[in-house]
Amino acid sequence: MQILGQPLNRIDGRLKVTGGARYAGEFTAPGMLHAALVESTIGAGQITGFELSEAQAMPGVVLIITPQNAIRLGGQNGAPQTVHAPLLQDMTVYYNRQHVAVVVADTLDRALAAAASVRVHYQPGEPLTRMESVLDQAYVPKHFRNGSRSPDSRRGDPETAFSSAAVQLEATYTTPIENHNPMEPHATLAQWNGTKLTVWHSTQGISGTQTSFAALFGIDPTDVHVLCPFLGGGFGCKGNTWPPAILAAMAAKMVGRPVRLAITREQMFTSNGYRPQTIQKLRFAAGQDGRLVSMRHDGFSQMSMPALGEYSEPVALATEMLYACDNVAVTHRLVATNASLPTYMRAPGEAPGNFALESAMDELAAQLQLDPIEFRLRNYAEIDPHENKPFASKALRACYAMGAEAFGWSRRNPAPRSMRDGRYLVGMGMATSTYPTNRSPASARVSIGANGATLVQAGSQDIGTGTYTVMAQTAAQTLGIPLGWVRVQLGDSNLPKAPVSGGSMTVASLGPAVLAACQSVRGKLFDMARADRWQGASDQALNLANGAVVGPDGRIPIAELMAHRGMQAVESTAHAESGPEKQQYSMHAFGAQFAEVRVDPELGEIRVARYVAAFDGGRILNAKTARSQLIGGIVYGIGMALLEQTHVDEETGRVVNANIAEYLVPVNADVPPIEAFFVPNDERRSNPLGAKGIGELPMVGVAAAVVNAVWHATGVRVRQLPIRLEEIITS
Amino acid sequence: MQAFTLARPNGLDSATTTAAATGTKYIAGGTDLMQLMKNNVEAPTHLVDLEPLGLSAIHIDDNGARLEAMARMSDVAAHPAIIAGWPVISQALLASASPQVRNMGTMGGNLLQRTRCGYFRDTGFACNKRDPGSGCPAIPGENRLLAILGGSDRCIATHPSDFAVALVALDATVELHDAGGSTRQLRVRDFHRLPGDSPQNETNLQPGEMITAIVVPASPAARRCTYLKVRDRASFEFALVAAAVAMQVTNGTISDIRVAAGGVGTKPWHLPEVEAALHGQTLNDDNLRDAAMQAGQGARPASQNAFKLPLLRNVVLRALRTVAA
Repeated sequence: MQILGQPLNRIDGRLKVTGGARYAGEFTAPGMLHAALVESTIGAGQITGFELSEAQAMPGVVLIITPQNAIRLGGQNGAPQTVHAPLLQDMTVYYNRQHVAVVVADTLDRALAAAASVRVHYQPGEPLTRMESVLDQAYVPKHFRNGSRSPDSRRGDPETAFSSAAVQLEATYTTPIENHNPMEPHATLAQWNGTKLTVWHSTQGISGTQTSFAALFGIDPTDVHVLCPFLGGGFGCKGNTWPPAILAAMAAKMVGRPVRLAITREQMFTSNGYRPQTIQKLRFAAGQDGRLVSMRHDGFSQMSMPALGEYSEPVALATEMLYACDNVAVTHRLVATNASLPTYMRAPGEAPGNFALESAMDELAAQLQLDPIEFRLRNYAEIDPHENKPFASKALRACYAMGAEAFGWSRRNPAPRSMRDGRYLVGMGMATSTYPTNRSPASARVSIGANGATLVQAGSQDIGTGTYTVMAQTAAQTLGIPLGWVRVQLGDSNLPKAPVSGGSMTVASLGPAVLAACQSVRGKLFDMARADRWQGASDQALNLANGAVVGPDGRIPIAELMAHRGMQAVESTAHAESGPEKQQYSMHAFGAQFAEVRVDPELGEIRVARYVAAFDGGRILNAKTARSQLIGGIVYGIGMALLEQTHVDEETGRVVNANIAEYLVPVNADVPPIEAFFVPNDERRSNPLGAKGIGELPMVGVAAAVVNAVWHATGVRVRQLPIRLEEIITS
Repeated sequence: MQAFTLARPNGLDSATTTAAATGTKYIAGGTDLMQLMKNNVEAPTHLVDLEPLGLSAIHIDDNGARLEAMARMSDVAAHPAIIAGWPVISQALLASASPQVRNMGTMGGNLLQRTRCGYFRDTGFACNKRDPGSGCPAIPGENRLLAILGGSDRCIATHPSDFAVALVALDATVELHDAGGSTRQLRVRDFHRLPGDSPQNETNLQPGEMITAIVVPASPAARRCTYLKVRDRASFEFALVAAAVAMQVTNGTISDIRVAAGGVGTKPWHLPEVEAALHGQTLNDDNLRDAAMQAGQGARPASQNAFKLPLLRNVVLRALRTVAA
């Protein structure tokens, strides 16, 4: 019975489409009050005072929290995934729409109405809003990749190699601020019981949430109970514990009643991070033979004021390893502005970095008059040139070949502006994808009952991608039972610890823990069967199937094994983490992206007409949820290429399009037929399941493939995202 | 949002009388007003619900179409007689918003929708339209989506309606009913005001006065017409530039021509300069091209929206060619 790999429906699908799945903002508690945020209307400066009398007199208002009466918080020593400011601890304004007060009232409407009536007085400063204007003040990140990587790296002598190279490219690529905008806005319900705190919170990491609350309120992590059974998407913005969640608990503590704080869609643009603007300067060179001789990638990413924390968009890490080149230098720098703290957003670093890298590769291929795939193949990295070690697996050649075949790449006339369909210019573009295969320590508990009903428990959370389903499949497969016998419980911090749902690592981290716990349960049942009948039988001689141990001469129902031992269930908890393979191998997923665009040269409208992508995601555990990930990532990438941009007013630093009418994401009409598939790769070196992680991979390369297709259609090279029609019609 | 009361009037006169009081607004489909109230841009203390009045009929006769104010966008767009007699109206409506919004949005409400200018819709910004005299940070700021025609140094907010562009092209009129019980008619071309020194005054409606119907004359040109809308996103987005064109050709000569544009003006923008260049001329591509190049006279682009002028001309030309074909 093969369960892993099958295109199975989500086991929580019915709950979700019938409204049975409860999200953080839907929980209630007896006596619950509602909190609403008051936000600054200046981009920098000091608060000089509050006028609260009007708001305090409004119906239903219970409390208004300002920096003048807020609880003083601790925890400045940095629990992971904690955002320490702004938390109403001082009167400084670092960015426009900073939270400066919280209104607590008996209903949400009353809280919002009163929040709008709070008057704040300021001593305004001059906000710094354009990173371009202070690029010369860029600084080196202090905690690049949380200290796991150096912000700069260098091999060979890229400058000398560049200056003597036959073909050179120097270009600057920029990407805008983008906001995650998951369907479910952040929401928190906080309830204190003495010094113990329960929070229902929309988070990608219940374990990080637990330690954040504990650190800031000075209590033991075991006194914080975090619940998050379902997430309506996160894309990175629910990775950290952001200030509104903490403010909900602060409010609950101050009023002595449970408080829910659900932020508005407008507040989603300044309350929980965003992908920072990047400016990337690339200097690439190649010989006439089409071999890269020099790659230099200097990445600048926009930051908040350093007092709020640090986040650095790691744009150039893929440049270190994607192609064979002896002379490579990359740098990462930060540029402080009066903005809220940026954060991880789907394929952080890789998505904007790959846009620059793969655009530059396309530009060089054109200069060399080489087919873009051929140019990449000539520079194919057989081993990781940065780590100087073999890949656990790399099926990128198959991605190029099978993707090109499915797309019909051979029909591409290499000359730009050479293909037409009626009035439309037609362009074909491609790009390489890569994303690291991450893994973190994780634990899981598995319990099988006498009737075979199995419970899988882990302190992970399903961000919406299918964690419940894939973990159920892993258990069903390993325990030899139908999928319907497995129940999975996630999203509760009392369960065994698991990492944040980020970095595309949930399956690779939690999967092995579930696998190990199931194998342990299986081993216990085998031992029981050996004791009862098959003394000395090897593991190979035994099997588990449909609630029975199957041995050389028959089967023993597990109910029987348990009954005479007086057991109700057999249970195991397992911990799993990387072994020596992490040192032995470089681990990455790969892909090849192909876009066909149609451009109306007079009206400027650019539409993606056709899309094909082939991926090496290692071993695929659910063909259906995996394909959904691919399609979702590609749609996300089309948004990045053509639509998404958070506009910030230069004078005030205030977001101008903080709504999803004017912050454009693709609608169905923007999305063409997408053919996305995996190339075969049944490896097990990356981790025991062989899963490389596919949450972020599919959006890496989409923007470059579209930009390269637009160049092929029009001859216009766009180096600034999103692509705007004015660049086409005025060219 | 601030607390408000909701009145459900039992007739037209009771509605207009109630609505004449200060702090009172009509609510029709609510697709725009509710957003504005949630963002505290509008804070009426009383709402007068127009739903109980009916006023949702679509009358067609030889002279034209009479669209009552509460007729839904989706119903008008799908009406066979509208599709046959005034296809530009159906097309403009279908190019607007989303099916869900069109199921709620009304004829009268569509003409009264407010600008999408992000500075207007956020009370954290100064805005002369929302708070007269406070200033306009949009003009030196994020102005890519804003108007190149009809602006003043107080305001360059774009009028967002597609439907109104079609009505301006077809020279439709609105029927108005005031608190005194009297009625009057106004051309849609005269219904909206330029911002000038008072961008807060967007229409020539008097306090309490209500749109009861829109009357669109029938004509051969109205049957030969098109609406072309260009935008960044393929659907569910306001226009960067749009054009409504209607044309009658008699023996190879353009005997009637109507042209208006959206996305470029502070009100639905009539383009008489294009009409004048084509009226009485032979229908040929050179004449269409020359006329399209006249579009947008007096344009004053801001720092980010200069592309709208060449785009306007290309859009008008494409629309002219479409109806000429």
